Amino acid sequence: MSLSARVGVQLGTLDLDLELEVADGELLAVLGPNGAGKTTLLRALAGLLPLQRGRVVLDGTVYEDVERGLRLAPERRACGVVFQDYLLFPHLSALENVAFGLRSRGVGRREARSRAAGWLERVGLGELVGARPAELSGGQAQRVALARALVTDPRLLLLDEPLSALDASLRPEVRRELVRHLAQFGGTRLVVTHDPLEAAALATRLLVVEQGRLVQSGTAAEVTAHPRSRYVADLVGVNLVRGQASGGVVRLAAGGSVAVADSIDGDVFAVIHPRAVALHRSRPEGTPRNVWQGEAAGVDLLGDRARVRVEGDLSLVAEVTPAAVAELALAAGGPVWMSVKATEVTVYAA
Amino acid sequence: MRLRLERTPLGILALAAAGGLFFVLPLLGLLVRAPWPAAVSELTAPANLVSLQLSLLTSLSATALALVFGVPLAWVNARLDFPGRNLLRALVTLPMVLPPVVGGVALLLAFGRRGLLGPALAGLGIHLPFTTAGAVLAETFVAMPFLVVTVEAGLRSLDARFEDAARTLGAGRWYVLRRVTLPALLPSLLAGAVLCWARALGEFGATITFAGNFPGRTQTLPLAVYLELETSPDAAIMLSLALLLVSLLVLVGLRQRWLGAA
Repeated sequence: MSLSARVGVQLGTLDLDLELEVADGELLAVLGPNGAGKTTLLRALAGLLPLQRGRVVLDGTVYEDVERGLRLAPERRACGVVFQDYLLFPHLSALENVAFGLRSRGVGRREARSRAAGWLERVGLGELVGARPAELSGGQAQRVALARALVTDPRLLLLDEPLSALDASLRPEVRRELVRHLAQFGGTRLVVTHDPLEAAALATRLLVVEQGRLVQSGTAAEVTAHPRSRYVADLVGVNLVRGQASGGVVRLAAGGSVAVADSIDGDVFAVIHPRAVALHRSRPEGTPRNVWQGEAAGVDLLGDRARVRVEGDLSLVAEVTPAAVAELALAAGGPVWMSVKATEVTVYAA
Repeated sequence: MRLRLERTPLGILALAAAGGLFFVLPLLGLLVRAPWPAAVSELTAPANLVSLQLSLLTSLSATALALVFGVPLAWVNARLDFPGRNLLRALVTLPMVLPPVVGGVALLLAFGRRGLLGPALAGLGIHLPFTTAGAVLAETFVAMPFLVVTVEAGLRSLDARFEDAARTLGAGRWYVLRRVTLPALLPSLLAGAVLCWARALGEFGATITFAGNFPGRTQTLPLAVYLELETSPDAAIMLSLALLLVSLLVLVGLRQRWLGAA
């Protein structure tokens, strides 16, 4: 009992081809940058966008199978969707919004209303039954949207960027609330987001999607420990390079090499934490095995640290103290030397 | 405001004033020449009441017809992609720029006794030219484009994702239409219907060509105005004022309520 899907959709420049399995009762997060195809994936699963290749099977029921020419209309799928900006019907009250899914399935007005009121109570909005969507705060609107999606007991709940429509200051609290409400719903859940914090807070397992393709999957800890794409590396805040390793040296596809302490061979990723990158104005002496030259291209101050972008054959971000930035006059740009100890480079198979 | 006035060239102001006057003067003429003491009696003269009643009946029927057929047309134009859509859109809006008399002639050639559908309709016992139904048809032909254009624009500016949301909540096409699309479209529907009605109320050329000028049957208010200009100009002026008032109310109302006065 679960969701099993292969979604192949071509939409403009997006070529989405994803295979995913979500176990019964599991909450899976799909993480990816804007334009990765996350919303398209949700729309396809909900039936709002026909597949061009693949199939969608939920709890053994075939919702769509391109090869067999099968396709179930969205209104006949047991999918609840919480849309990115919630899409509460503006002309209906909160109660009528929640009751909508029951009414459309033929439940009588009185029963639909009392069940909807029950759900609003469950999400803590019992007093706002008569409010119009325009009168609700972002967090309240999200809870109404959640109640609206859950009132019909869907077997699959899809959430599209559930927190992105909210002010940043509201997010932590609404996220906590959402985690609590999602935990109450035992069905299969899939949330798409571009926010790694949101993904990690809501889900136990992540899929990282870029340009319509699966890049990486695993728990949040696994994904962040071993980034397999520039996107994840940037999210985690580390430098990521890829190349061919042999005999303790990784030869990079773009030219140049990185000396490493691991004895791994073959196609590998190498992660260099910015803290491990030391900067010098003249060629450093001493033991570091890795020394590269580049140009200081920009400085970001982050409290008591500074991140310096160095561009060259190998472009890296280095984390140094603001004092070092001043001492080496890094903000002015100019040539710099970077050094990294081989033992500071983490290497794993690509 | 003051600053903008300072920046406006005087020539623009003068020409704008002349242009405005061009619209105000005829209205003023009507108001000045109106037989105010006899206003009520002129308006309530039996012949005029008959025309008024007929005008209301035909213009409201035309609006109803335009709603029944125009909303689906707007829907198809706005939402479906099919070969010939641009041609269809042009044809549907053609009566807005076509001389109404030409429209009347075209209607005769389509629904007249010797028109394309005339014999078939006659076989069914339906005679449209020179009947009240014919007047309704002529008004619909000229006025429906206003509804189609307004509703089509409304449909295009509608966020279709609300309808998607409704479908994921188990709503079939009709239910989505009834509970989500039409309520969201209501302002455009009202604006379109009112514009359409006002246009139908003032229709002259197509009506007189296709339906003739028979008191009580096809002589609507504009036709009565034209006729009485010869026989009793006072009545013509009062009826004109009545029509003008309706048009003005419609336009002012639409501007403030739906078209956004900003």
